[in-house]
Amino acid sequence: MTVAAANPKTAGPYVGQFAEVKAALPGHDVAWLRELREEAIGRFSALGFATPRVEEWKFTNLAPLTGTVFTPPSDAAATEAVTRESLVPFLLEGEACHRLVFVNGRFRPDLSDPGSLPAGVELTSLAVALAEEPELVKPHLGRLAKLDGQALVSLNAAFMADGAVLRLPRGAALTRPLHLLFVATPAPAPAVMHLRNLIVAEAGSSATIIESYAGPENGTYWTNAVTEISAAADASIRHFKLQNESREAFHLAVNQVHLAERSGYDSFVLSVGGRLSRNEIHAALDGTGVECRLNGAILARGRQHMDNSTWIEHRKPGSLSHEVYKNVLDDNAHGVFQGKIIVRPDAQKTDAHQLNKNILLAETARADTKPELEIHADDVRCSHGAAVGELDREAMFYLRSRGLDEPRAEQLLIEAFVGELLDEISVSAVRSHLKKTVSSWLAGGESWEGA
Amino acid sequence: MLEIKKLHVEVDGKEILRGLDLSVEPGEVHAIMGPNASGKSTLANVLAGRDGYQVTEGEVLYDGRNLLEMSPEKRACEGIFMAFQYPVEIPGVGGMNFLKSAVNAMRKHRGEPELDAMDFLKFVRHKVDLLGMDEKLLQRPVNVGFSGGEKKRHEIIQMAVLEPRLAILDETDSGLDIDALRIVANGINKMRGPERAMILITHYQRLLEYVVPDRVHVLSDGRIVKSGSKELAHELEEHGYAGFGVTEPCPGATEADAAVSERPAP
Repeated sequence: MTVAAANPKTAGPYVGQFAEVKAALPGHDVAWLRELREEAIGRFSALGFATPRVEEWKFTNLAPLTGTVFTPPSDAAATEAVTRESLVPFLLEGEACHRLVFVNGRFRPDLSDPGSLPAGVELTSLAVALAEEPELVKPHLGRLAKLDGQALVSLNAAFMADGAVLRLPRGAALTRPLHLLFVATPAPAPAVMHLRNLIVAEAGSSATIIESYAGPENGTYWTNAVTEISAAADASIRHFKLQNESREAFHLAVNQVHLAERSGYDSFVLSVGGRLSRNEIHAALDGTGVECRLNGAILARGRQHMDNSTWIEHRKPGSLSHEVYKNVLDDNAHGVFQGKIIVRPDAQKTDAHQLNKNILLAETARADTKPELEIHADDVRCSHGAAVGELDREAMFYLRSRGLDEPRAEQLLIEAFVGELLDEISVSAVRSHLKKTVSSWLAGGESWEGA
Repeated sequence: MLEIKKLHVEVDGKEILRGLDLSVEPGEVHAIMGPNASGKSTLANVLAGRDGYQVTEGEVLYDGRNLLEMSPEKRACEGIFMAFQYPVEIPGVGGMNFLKSAVNAMRKHRGEPELDAMDFLKFVRHKVDLLGMDEKLLQRPVNVGFSGGEKKRHEIIQMAVLEPRLAILDETDSGLDIDALRIVANGINKMRGPERAMILITHYQRLLEYVVPDRVHVLSDGRIVKSGSKELAHELEEHGYAGFGVTEPCPGATEADAAVSERPAP
């Protein structure tokens, strides 16, 4: 990223904010962390937010975000208003989970159910970890999400206040899923939550993680989340994410994933909420025999803008990456997919496949797709494909000729389009939760009219 | 039940049907035979309500009502069923879910309560048993990866479950080997009844060895040029279409009719 293409001026309000709040941030008395934060705000100050002149941000313009100054959440009363009962709609039905709940970016032990964990597994919040055992997270914090990367990661590093920390020791298997639930409440002023999650899976360990974001129907706030995931040899991580933020919210997430030999990472991201959202996954396949599967779906209408951007780097021979992203775009919605696959010279016998499919339900909807292969090895199998189209007219006629009216036929075809991907989700409670989300999205069109 | 009067239909500005008349009463089975590009599939598609067919003249009355004003789903709910010549593959839509949605859409239209999953399953099994088929096809996504014979069998199962009053079978016999043809014909015969009318559209006479029609019509160049009893089909078999003065269709019709009837599944 070049400094010239970004806009340092937009950094100003946050640099000022940092000076005000830094003494109150978690771990403010820890020297190495203070230095990290100072370096981070310095870098952010120099960069500012990316503009569309930055190649990676060509299709996603942050102007609507930078036009508003977001401040750390302050409304304690709204935070207190969340009860266990109010969380029920966001929970997975029929699945007992280890659960951490965050309200407006802060861990809420009173709403959480970490449950009993296998021996040696550590599960806590970042704020608690920084206050009680900062040395525990020191080797991992910022190891994957480096400051030389993006402005948003630097901003996150300067302000990161909370998030989930999970460490799986060698061979540990988390049999129940871990549900990380992030809830935003209506606030008088636009708030920003800089969340940082750390997942460290040692050799041979495994876990299923569900990350869900929910907010009020309306309300402007910004979730700026960075998640660092490292899977050591033979470890296996399944990571499901549901982004169902408020219609006026901003959601920007960067996932940095490091995969050692024979490890597996399986991700699914369903995005239905927010005014502007982007989910980045940067996966480094740093060993042989790695299997990395990235899937996702976007359902957008009104003026929603949603972006899935992925970078997959094959560093070593004999690994597999497979990604399928599907977008359903109605009204004036804008969907973006960027997928870069890099195959390093050493990564012979790489198997890399990528596919992005878009269905436009309205002439005014828009899809941008940018697949990119950068291959430096000669004995590889790589493919990519992208398609933008409307619902299959022949299929529509077939369904209508059997008595289904247009809305029902459309609904069935969209459910099928997304459902094919959801069917690959191996955890049934997650699969049905996401299917329910898709169905309620399909049923919720009316309330968006005029949006 | 069905009255087609002086029907003229254009596809992409080319006239395919040129004044077609046909009258079908409940309980009757009509066979419409004709060479390629005579307008057979155009007739089926116009009756089912597919886009892209402009009726320039004439009318179609169904129970005395203007059929051409009805949406495809309205026609289906009113009891019209078309077995597709090329059934479309619909990935991700399970056969059972699809058929249950169809049955319930029609029940809703008739003001009947919807069937729940259990009742629906019982109903479908009963129908499939009557046909002497099995329900395995319904456990797969609609038509996906089906062989030609499976696709046609699936159309017959849908017909049996949806219980239409007027069934139009568009070249349901094409591309079937003799065993598949027997199964499909058996299904059609099982569906015959005093309240139900059927229009069999076919190029060949062989289906009519198994399903004996009440009336046979020869379609040529967009018109019915001869009508008669089932013996007419045998005459056609012996003498070919040329024996009935059926000439080569005009080039325009060939092209356009082929374009719409031979449309492959996308």
